[in-house]
Amino acid sequence: MVKLRIGYPEDPDYPERLAEFEARIARGEKIEPGDWMPAEYRRQLIRMISQHAHSEWVGMLPEGAWITRAPSLRRKLILLAKVQDEAGHGQYLYHAAETLGVTREEMVEALLSGRAKYSNIFNYPTLTWADVGIIGWLVDGMAIKNQTMLAQCSYGPYSRAMVRICAEETFHHKQGKEAVLLYARGSRKQRQMVQDALNRWWWPTLMMAGPHDTDSPHTPLLLRWGIKTKTNDQIRQEFLNEHVPELLEAGLTPPDPELRYDEKTGNWVHGPIPWDEFWKVINGEGPMNRHRLLARERAHEEGRWVREAMEAHAKRRLAQAAD
Amino acid sequence: MPLDPYLKEALVAKLTALADDEVVLAQRLSEWVGHAPILEEDIAIANLAQDELGHAKLYLELRQELDGADPDRLVFLRDPLEYQNAILVELPKGDWAFTLVRQYLFDAYENLWLKEAQGSAYEPLAEAASRILKEERFHLRHSALWVERLGLGTEESHRRAQEALELLFPYAKQLFIPLPEEEALAEAGVVPDLRALEAPYLEEVTRHLERSGLKPPQGGYVPKSRKEHTEYLWSLLAEMQSVARWDPEAKAW
Repeated sequence: MVKLRIGYPEDPDYPERLAEFEARIARGEKIEPGDWMPAEYRRQLIRMISQHAHSEWVGMLPEGAWITRAPSLRRKLILLAKVQDEAGHGQYLYHAAETLGVTREEMVEALLSGRAKYSNIFNYPTLTWADVGIIGWLVDGMAIKNQTMLAQCSYGPYSRAMVRICAEETFHHKQGKEAVLLYARGSRKQRQMVQDALNRWWWPTLMMAGPHDTDSPHTPLLLRWGIKTKTNDQIRQEFLNEHVPELLEAGLTPPDPELRYDEKTGNWVHGPIPWDEFWKVINGEGPMNRHRLLARERAHEEGRWVREAMEAHAKRRLAQAAD
Repeated sequence: MPLDPYLKEALVAKLTALADDEVVLAQRLSEWVGHAPILEEDIAIANLAQDELGHAKLYLELRQELDGADPDRLVFLRDPLEYQNAILVELPKGDWAFTLVRQYLFDAYENLWLKEAQGSAYEPLAEAASRILKEERFHLRHSALWVERLGLGTEESHRRAQEALELLFPYAKQLFIPLPEEEALAEAGVVPDLRALEAPYLEEVTRHLERSGLKPPQGGYVPKSRKEHTEYLWSLLAEMQSVARWDPEAKAW
C-alpha cells in the first residue's frame, strides 16, 4: 500500500507552491507538463497513465485472438478497427506519460518485468466469439465510465488523451452491444454462447472499477488533486444502472442471484463481489497472467532484430543526409 | 457497358480471384496484430489487414451485382479447393522480413494492376480500382521502405530479408498468370493484360530490391494456375471459417 506522503516537503517553498497548485485545481485549471506539481502527483499520474497504456497494449491480445475467426466480413473489419484503436490508445497514453519524464522503454521494461500492472480484466481468456461482443459492450462500457471521468482529470495531457479515446470507445461499446443483442435473439447456440460469455465476464467486469472505496487507499488524494473526480463505487454504480436494465431487456441474466433494484435510491444493487479472486488475479495468479506477459515478451524479443535494423537504417540515412 | 454472358462469367471468376488474394493476405496480416515488433507497426499492420479486407469486400460486391452471390457466404462457407488465391499470400506469416517482403512483392503488383484497371471498360471496376489504388499507394510506400530498412539495416535483417526473398520471388511470378477465361476480358478492355505487366513489374521490383542490397533469385517453382495451393491453405481457412461454420442454424452474424 502506498503511504500518502506528499511530494518533496523538504523544499522550503513547498507549502506555498502546494497551496497555489491546489488553488489552480480548485479553479478547474489544467496542469500542464512544465508546471510545478507535487512529486506525488507526478508519481500517481505516471502509475495510472502507464498502467492504462499497458492495459491497451495487453488488451489487444484477448480480442486480437479472434480477428482470424470473426464470422463475417463486417465483424472482421470492425474487430480489426477496434484492436487497431487500442494500439492507438496505447500510443497516445505512452506519449502522455512521457510528458511526466518517463520513457517508453522504461515503461515497457516495467511491464515485462512484472513491476507495472495492467487492467486485471485482460487476465481472463476469451473462449468463444461471443466474448468479443461482451467485452465490447460490458468491459468497454465500464472502461468508458472510468474514462469519461478521467477526461475531466486535472492533468492536461491525460485529460485530452481521454477525450479522444472516449470518442472511439463509444463506437467499441456500440458494436459490442449490437452483436450481443443480435445473438441474444439468434439461434439456440448463439443464445447459449452469449449467456455463457456474460456469466464468465460479469464479475471480472464489476471488479474493473477497482476495490470498494473503503479499500481504496489512493482515492482520497486522487480526488483532492482532481486526478479522479469520482470514486470506484460511483463508477461501478453508474455502470450497473445503465447496463442491468438493458441486459435484462435482452433476455440475458447476470449471474448474481442477489442483484436487485432499490426503489428508494433508484440504484441497481449487486451481491458480494468475489474480491479474493480479484486480489489473486492482480497478484499474478489469474488464468491468463503468464500467457499475456509471455506474449508481450515474445513479441519484444522476436522484434529486437527488427528494431535494431530500423535504428541502423535511420542512422545510415542521417549520415547520408549530413554528407 | 453491358457484358455478354461469357464475359460476365469470366469477370465473376476474376473478381473472386482478386478477392481471394485479399482475404487470404488479410488473414495472414491479422495474425500479427498484437504481436508486431513495435506498437506503431501493430497499428500499421491492422490497418493493412483492414484495407485488404475492405478491397475484398468491394470486389465481392461487384460480383454480387453480376450474379447475386452473397460475399459472406463466399468467404466463410466456400471450400478450400474453390479458393483461387495465389500461393504467395497463403504461405505462413514467417518472421517480420517474410511478411514485409511478401507485402512488398504483392503491393508492387497490385499498384501496377490497379493503375491499368482504372481504365477498365467496365465502369464499376474502373471506379473500384481508383478507390483501392488510393490506399494501395500507401501500402507500397510502407512495404518498400521496410524492404529498404531490412535489406540495408543490419547483417541479420539483410540475411532474413534475402532468405524470405529466395522463397517468395518465384511465387510473385504466379501473379501474372491469367485465369483460363481472362484473355477474353483483357481483349474486351475489362481487365488489364496481366502478361504485359510482368516485365515492367520485374524491372521495378528488381531495381528496388537491388537498391536495398537484395538479390532476386533465379529459377524456383512457379505455380501454373490458381487451382494450385499448398497444404497451408486448409488450416488457414478452417480457422477463418470456424465460427461461421460452427452453427448452421445461425441466420446472422
